[in-house]
Amino acid sequence: MPSSASYWRRVWRHFKRNTLAVIGLWIALALILVALLADVLANDTPYYMVYQGTRYFPLLQSGLDSLGLVTLPPELRHVDFTQLPAERAIFPPVPYRPNRINLLVPFAEPSAVHWLGTDKLGRDVMAGVIHGARISLSIGFVAVGIAVGIGLTLGALAGYFGGWVDLGISRLFELMLAIPTFFLLITIAATLRPNIFYTMIVIGFTSWVGIARFTRNEFLKVRNLDYVTAAVALGTPTWRIVVRHILPNALAPVLVSVVLGIASAILTESGLSFLGIGVPADLVTWGSLLNEARSNSFAWWLAVFPGAAIFLAVVAYYLVGEGLRDALDPRLQ
Amino acid sequence: MLPYLLQRLLLLLPTLIGVTCISFAITHLAPGDPAELRAGGGLGGAGAEGLSSKNRGDLDRALAAWRAQYGLDQSLPAQYWRWLRNLGTLEFGNSFKDNQPVWRKIAERLPITIQLNAVSIVMIYLVAIPLGVYSATHPYSVSDQATTFTAFLLFALPSFWIGTLAIVFLCGGDFLDLFPPGGMTSVGYSSTWPFWQRLWDRAWHLCLPVLVMSYGGFAGLSRFMRSSMLENIRQDYVQTARAKGLSEHLVIYKHVLRNSLIPIVTIMASILPGLISGSVIIETIFSIPGVGLLAYEAVLARDYPIIMAVFTISSLLTLVSILISDTLLTLVDPRITFSGRSA
Repeated sequence: MPSSASYWRRVWRHFKRNTLAVIGLWIALALILVALLADVLANDTPYYMVYQGTRYFPLLQSGLDSLGLVTLPPELRHVDFTQLPAERAIFPPVPYRPNRINLLVPFAEPSAVHWLGTDKLGRDVMAGVIHGARISLSIGFVAVGIAVGIGLTLGALAGYFGGWVDLGISRLFELMLAIPTFFLLITIAATLRPNIFYTMIVIGFTSWVGIARFTRNEFLKVRNLDYVTAAVALGTPTWRIVVRHILPNALAPVLVSVVLGIASAILTESGLSFLGIGVPADLVTWGSLLNEARSNSFAWWLAVFPGAAIFLAVVAYYLVGEGLRDALDPRLQ
Repeated sequence: MLPYLLQRLLLLLPTLIGVTCISFAITHLAPGDPAELRAGGGLGGAGAEGLSSKNRGDLDRALAAWRAQYGLDQSLPAQYWRWLRNLGTLEFGNSFKDNQPVWRKIAERLPITIQLNAVSIVMIYLVAIPLGVYSATHPYSVSDQATTFTAFLLFALPSFWIGTLAIVFLCGGDFLDLFPPGGMTSVGYSSTWPFWQRLWDRAWHLCLPVLVMSYGGFAGLSRFMRSSMLENIRQDYVQTARAKGLSEHLVIYKHVLRNSLIPIVTIMASILPGLISGSVIIETIFSIPGVGLLAYEAVLARDYPIIMAVFTISSLLTLVSILISDTLLTLVDPRITFSGRSA
């Protein structure tokens, strides 16, 4: 296998030397962690509570309860824990759910109670930013996953078989380049029912061209190398040559466009929800918070913080992508 | 040259038809009936469901008549064929919203969008080329790296974020009041104003949108310019120019710069599609009545004729800009030919 452990170790060594790329990687990992732990970081269910003399771990228990593993006492199900007269309660650092409406405090400025302020419905912006990471990142990853699936398949087909297959698929690339992608995206997303799964699929289906062209070019390069000819001569089945012999060699350059693709998918998703398209109206995302700032221009916190989150996520993946590009470039080694 | 151009122009046609075919299928197959949507809008909050059966029957007949008027009762291929035939005579039909000819609605707004895009492209080139030249003449210096990094940060800043920040902090909210919050003209604008006053008013309104639209383009172009310059600086003819005693200034600006500008021409084609989609967001943020805003509103209202016209025109613009930059490339660099030897 050409993509042996030592190859990736060398790439990693080069990547590590690039300080900015390493910083980007840390930010990206931190954001993934925030996205995974969103429910633990920002929630209105306490970690620990003493209620009527009994100790509870409501966050853990309600999580297990919804899985059917533990049963909570019925008076603690679907209850607003912040209103419960508990003797002792330890809440998460941000004691709000992102969609928890509190009409008593609309447009609260950032303070000790609401770290990043609240929006027009009194929803906590910090909780929205934390949970928004989950939405943005999952859309980014799934959309790019779809794009990789389509791009690798079409690129491999065009590059390996050449001839009329290549001709047809290359025409398709040209078509996709001529279509205004973002406009296509808002057209589809606006006509479908707002749903983040549709948004993932639509972004995936409109962003595969770069990956496909990359894969095709790599396949064209590798296809005629001696080791492939040897594999053909040995009677290896075509699918095996494509998947096991050529694909691993083509994968490294594609990896760069995958990482950069995550950044642009996050950017696209935020742009869509900024325009109010593609995500349900009650779902708080980075883009939807930013959208609220447009019509309420005094609420500067709605403009600054969600946008900063988008920027942070995008710049992290760009830095990692650029670092990866340099680390994979044999001319720079 | 001419046969090559003709051949390329002919090849545009199938691509364009393919694009319209895909966009037609997508817009028309998507759920959401423009007739119902229009009726729902016209009837206000009650919607079509709140009607008695008699009224419902009347409404259905009206909707059917309306669908027939726009040919929406026909099969999809028939509709597409009709649309394509009309396109042959440059006829895009009438808008569902106000029954105005799409052609006129777009012609009203296209100059505004073109103005915005043209000024942005000029802006990108004016900033990025000197940046690239500077970076290339001071390669690997601290200032080169700082320039590259700043341009990269600008590239990563989402334009809709910076646009919103500009509206919040610079456009007369609770903070500074330096720029108008949107639109193309001031309140009380009249066409009888003297030319300079009108020009100043327009410039004042376009300042922020152009800035927000162009800052992201600096990175790509200046980097491209830098590597193009660096490639040329290593060439033998530069050595010769230096050896015959030309000043460094002449070497850089007369010899290297001119040759490095050649590939920059091609970049134009890749900038344009980005600007077209960018204008949807920028025009929405700054309420600029251009094609981008028209397109956005048309999408929300499922105004098929306008959506299709925007798809067709922006794809055509993209294809033509690719063609123009290829042609320019052969014009500025005679070594490059796309046609055979004979041409």
